[in-house]
Amino acid sequence: MPSERTIALRGRSMRVFEQAPSTPATGAPPAVFLAGIGGVPRWLPFLDHLGETRHVVVPSLPGFPGSEAFRHLDSVYDWIIDGVEMFEALDLPVMDLVGSSVGGALAAETAAIAGARIRRLVLVAPFGLFDGDDPNADIWAQIPAPDILAGLVCADPERWKAAWETPEGADAVEWQIAQTRSMEAAARFLFPFGATGVARRLHRIAQPTLLARGADDRVIPASYLSRFAAGIAGPVRETVIDDAGHLVELDQPEALAREIHAFLSDQEL
Amino acid sequence: MKNLWFHLMPYKDLPDDFREAHPSVWVDIDAGLLDPARVHEHYNEFLDELEYAGEVGFDGICCNEHHQNGYGLMPSPNLIAASLTRRTRAPAICVMGNSLALYNPPTRVAEEFAMLDCMSGGRLIAGFPVGTPMDTVFAYGQNPSKLRERYLEAHDIVMKAWREPETFSFDGRFNQLRYVNVWPRPIQQPHPPVWIPGGGSVETWQWCAEMDYVYCYLSYFGYKAGMATVQGFWNEMDRLGKDRNPHRVGFLQFVGVAETEREANELYRGPAEYFYGRCLHVNPKWASPPGYSSEASQRARVQSQVAQAAAGSRGIGGRPPVATQWEDIVDLGYVVAGDPDQVAERLREVCLEMNVGHLMLLCQFGNMSTELAQYNTRLYAERVLPQIRDLFDERWEDRWWPRPMAEAERYTPARVA
Repeated sequence: MPSERTIALRGRSMRVFEQAPSTPATGAPPAVFLAGIGGVPRWLPFLDHLGETRHVVVPSLPGFPGSEAFRHLDSVYDWIIDGVEMFEALDLPVMDLVGSSVGGALAAETAAIAGARIRRLVLVAPFGLFDGDDPNADIWAQIPAPDILAGLVCADPERWKAAWETPEGADAVEWQIAQTRSMEAAARFLFPFGATGVARRLHRIAQPTLLARGADDRVIPASYLSRFAAGIAGPVRETVIDDAGHLVELDQPEALAREIHAFLSDQEL
Repeated sequence: MKNLWFHLMPYKDLPDDFREAHPSVWVDIDAGLLDPARVHEHYNEFLDELEYAGEVGFDGICCNEHHQNGYGLMPSPNLIAASLTRRTRAPAICVMGNSLALYNPPTRVAEEFAMLDCMSGGRLIAGFPVGTPMDTVFAYGQNPSKLRERYLEAHDIVMKAWREPETFSFDGRFNQLRYVNVWPRPIQQPHPPVWIPGGGSVETWQWCAEMDYVYCYLSYFGYKAGMATVQGFWNEMDRLGKDRNPHRVGFLQFVGVAETEREANELYRGPAEYFYGRCLHVNPKWASPPGYSSEASQRARVQSQVAQAAAGSRGIGGRPPVATQWEDIVDLGYVVAGDPDQVAERLREVCLEMNVGHLMLLCQFGNMSTELAQYNTRLYAERVLPQIRDLFDERWEDRWWPRPMAEAERYTPARVA
């Protein structure tokens, strides 16, 4: 079972899920996961798969489940500083960083600006870029019905619904508010285009980087991964996961974890 | 009480199949539907209608701000108001209003409203809406999570710009202005009356009470749907220990007056069905960007949706489906229609029950012709207004009404040769 603790950061408290591996890989640093749209409302099957050989650490992003406060952050700069301070608070001398979707944008930014502790980087369908000729989906202009968002972010909407099923004993209204809050937090960080300006900083990412996306991603176009690949200075691998939408960690937890393990343990890089 | 004549300025040539063939009247409405020569005609007709309403005795005339909108051709209400200052003499000019977060810097609003107040001789009512999600978040690209913070800061800048006699600096969260000193300053000192159009959020009610502003509920769905909201406002005023001065509230109502009820049904069916059928055809994806509503408002809405879903009365997104047939439009109270006495009786009941001292009337709606709009306006002014005008006057003073210059001191514009 994962452990759960709360760390006080400037302006917010941060829930951290953590789980030690059943069969630890020798010398491997912890894998830190920054979640995508919706965050980590509960411990997810993907984290179990990622944790098979790795110490997994999952800090909650501002405004996402486990960390309510975020309205003190105004600019992209504020978000990046919060990210840097989040890593400082985790106090890991070295880590592999896995960021998906919204968390992918923050992972790319922190790697570009303060990447000294990051050994390898995994970006899964990251936000951060915008191309008017091949636009990403406007995740904030959606009909406010549960099935619409589920169908946008997952190839199998049931995966999203399972992640967001109200836990026994929880207040269903507050649970729904938490989901909307996470969408607002993403907007505060990324509105209107999902872009952070990281395009101007990709050359500073020197870590070996795995770029992954779901074959059926309806949010971030395939061309965005190519742009990340072209801009990042470090060696880059790309992979496409079948039968997965935008949130690959929900749609194909095992396949994604397998790709990540292979990349993180690859001695050739 | 006060009767104000409100114009939305709808485009009148949306096609018959608009609902079926087009995704939305707002934000991404097809520009191919618009004929600028028709808009030339519209603006002049609409200004004629507003000026006419002032001439026949309405206390105020109102315009508002919408962007990328097929039923609201006023991205800049201040331009319309500027024209009205020169061509009207008596009525208050109610700009309902300027969406504060959209002006950069917000002192622009302090300047333009001061200009309008000077041009009109002190007849301006300053409306400060947050603005709809369609206008602010999607047409004007405001971050929904910061919109209300920006709005409140812009409000503070504008009010300070009007009140502060000396040049001052404003070092805000979103605005940094080293030298604020608006020229001109308003005729009405320290500032024109401030009215706040809002939805039904408790925070807005509390803020209006705290600031001593008028709260306006500008729904298109009439008195039946609006009753609970306005009563909610009064309950909150009671809780806060505020008096029940009816002039604390403005309420919007569509009306259709004719010589007989039958004639009203014949005359207003078409324009009403055009408005509710085509003009309110908004893609629901624009309606609820996360962060636009406060968490307290979301909480209240989710709770009421749960209750209403249980009762089986709500459509997608928790909104009731909009009625588009005349009989339903009237039954639901969207439009109050009938002969002058019927309309007066109904509005008297509505104003008394809601305790509303500022009634904002839509006498032109949808694709209504100028001729019919003026017929409606004249019948209302001559035969409805006298029956309700004195409501509340004995007991309550309207502290939120413009205080213009004395008539004799006001400049009379030269006539165009």
